[in-house]
Amino acid sequence: MSSSPLLLLGDEAVARAALDAGISGVYAYPGTPSTEITEYIQQDPDAIARNIHRQWCANEKTAMEEALGMSYAGKRALVCMKHVGLNVAADPFINAAITGVGGGLVVAVADDPSMHSSQNEQDSRFYAHFASVPLLEPSTQQEAYEMVRAAFDYSEQLRLPVAVRLVTRLAHSRADVRTASSRPENPLQPASEPSRWVLLPVHARRNWAELTARWPSITAESATLPWNRLIPGSDRRLGIVACGIAFNYLQELFPNGCPYPVLKIGHYPIATSILDDFRKAADAWLFLEEGAPFLEAQIRGPFSMSAFPVHGRLDGRLPRTGELSPDLVAQALELPVSEGHPVPPLVAPRPPILCRGCPHADTYDFIRDVMAGYPGGRIFSDIGCYTLGALPPYSTIHTCVDMGAAITMAKGAADAGLFPSLAVIGDSTFAHSGLTGLLDAVAENSPITVIILDNETTGMTGGQESLSSGRLESMVAGLGVAPDHLAVLTPLPRFRQDNAQRLRAEIGHQGVSVLIARRPCIQIRKGT
Amino acid sequence: MRFDMIIAGVGGQGILTISALIGRAALAKGWHLKQSEVHGMAQRGGAVQSHLRLSDRPIHSDLVPRGRARLILATEPLEALRYLPWLDPREGWLVANEEPVRTMDAYPDPSALYAAIRSLPRHFLFNADALARRLQAPRAANIAMLGAASPYLPFEPETLEAALAAQFARKGNAVVEANQAVFRAARQAALQAVPSPSAPP
Repeated sequence: MSSSPLLLLGDEAVARAALDAGISGVYAYPGTPSTEITEYIQQDPDAIARNIHRQWCANEKTAMEEALGMSYAGKRALVCMKHVGLNVAADPFINAAITGVGGGLVVAVADDPSMHSSQNEQDSRFYAHFASVPLLEPSTQQEAYEMVRAAFDYSEQLRLPVAVRLVTRLAHSRADVRTASSRPENPLQPASEPSRWVLLPVHARRNWAELTARWPSITAESATLPWNRLIPGSDRRLGIVACGIAFNYLQELFPNGCPYPVLKIGHYPIATSILDDFRKAADAWLFLEEGAPFLEAQIRGPFSMSAFPVHGRLDGRLPRTGELSPDLVAQALELPVSEGHPVPPLVAPRPPILCRGCPHADTYDFIRDVMAGYPGGRIFSDIGCYTLGALPPYSTIHTCVDMGAAITMAKGAADAGLFPSLAVIGDSTFAHSGLTGLLDAVAENSPITVIILDNETTGMTGGQESLSSGRLESMVAGLGVAPDHLAVLTPLPRFRQDNAQRLRAEIGHQGVSVLIARRPCIQIRKGT
Repeated sequence: MRFDMIIAGVGGQGILTISALIGRAALAKGWHLKQSEVHGMAQRGGAVQSHLRLSDRPIHSDLVPRGRARLILATEPLEALRYLPWLDPREGWLVANEEPVRTMDAYPDPSALYAAIRSLPRHFLFNADALARRLQAPRAANIAMLGAASPYLPFEPETLEAALAAQFARKGNAVVEANQAVFRAARQAALQAVPSPSAPP
């Protein structure tokens, strides 16, 4: 261990550990709260000197596949994403458990309970369970470092991907972290068993049977790892199962030690032997889980009249949704909660807004001008800063569902007869998941107008490189959009009428039109 | 030693810099530290806050429990009031910037905000932006806030000034000195307004 600690975000502790564990590449698409893992590696002098792979990927699926390719070649790879990114990467993630890995492959997923910057609060533990992939869940930045470091060895030992789950309050909280010395990268050593890696049904059936046969021993042997541990307590009226950062809140409430037995969980699946021991230690269980009642539901089972009392998010002891806090855990344990002063009623909410001078605001202005003439029309939007166009003073867009859904939902609505059907999508979101949807629309010559908000960056996550920059027109043209219906506009107040006129003309076109509203994000202009 | 605080403001006001400076000072002391930040969508002009916890013993929760913050440092008067349930009702201080940031139509009357702040038993309200402008460092209002809060922080001013020097070193001496000048003037203003705040243990 190094003598002086580093001050690291949970994300940065993951990055530091992966570098020290000898990765040869990180693969990711930006997404809050995971972005800073990759950014740390991009800025780290050691990573630059070693020239490990650290460029952004088009999306989480390409990232996962590229990381799997590096693992196939024998080297260690880290792939990182936010929780909804794992939906995009689900196909290679689940199949990577069937192929297995070569070099250590660690999948760091940052969940966002309470949806601070997300459209849902899905819990990645379900995915790991579904895929039969072991998952580690750190409670502190130090543990994040140690777990990720160990996860690469674990992955190589099991020949499986290993997932590491972070949550916002760990990913985006800094603490002092002591690091260990770094080790060299793996040599190039490509896999040489096509029958493992070619997932023909004949191979996949065998691999899957092997994995499911190994799963009980992987589960049982996890008892020898340090991540799940039983901490004795004298008051056996309640046993507390504390997962991930929930363990911190429990410790906060009992600085001199918890009177109840505690089962600290950091590894899934959980060995039955540990659960049996804990069953003997307490007469009822309280589950403290950051995210979904994942374990609670499994233990509770389908029978509401269980003889063994189980408390948590499903019986109202804790809220069913949203993140935990030390105060909510205190309430669940019927401990007193201190209060400061009340918030005066005049304190109004302050939602985020587009920056002053943001090009998206000018684009929304001319779109609104045009759409005022089409009360039946709809504007399908997407994930990015421009989603704020749903709020006053813009109130311009009608939907935002997932990366890329603007174009495909506009097409589906047009298929249903909705007119006019517009899509607005950012340049980075278009590169992430817009291309295939636009291809569908081109193939059917759907009457939709797509406006690509090209601010030449990935704005909302802090200005990462957008992979469409410098090649957007050729990408759109290459998909088959007619040159007459592909134009670049400059969203500035002085072009408001011209831009509106062009949009009106394209709405009149009975086919696919793409307008690229291009002006750089003012945040990246400030930075240069 | 144990000191919990909340830094509150509007996305873009440099709250993360204040957090980073206090973090540097804590590391220089050899203390443990936890510092929870807001990234992502809220940074676009929304309400942002940072929970900061310092201790000479290991710290468990990344979040400050309610009623436990010894200090709320607010770079904006409306945001100063948003986190009052976290303020320690017996010894917590609120140090707030007067300068409103109006990002929404329903922004309250500032004089009502000032009255609410002044109704607290321990507060210091001043205009950090005006002070920074006066010293020809208009972008250093966040540093003025750090200076104004410094009498209530568990650091000697020299430790914070060293953190400033380290933080801004790569921007050159002139930037370091400008920030230190803002820090000192704001600290002086706070000490004159409230002569001897009880020193934290």
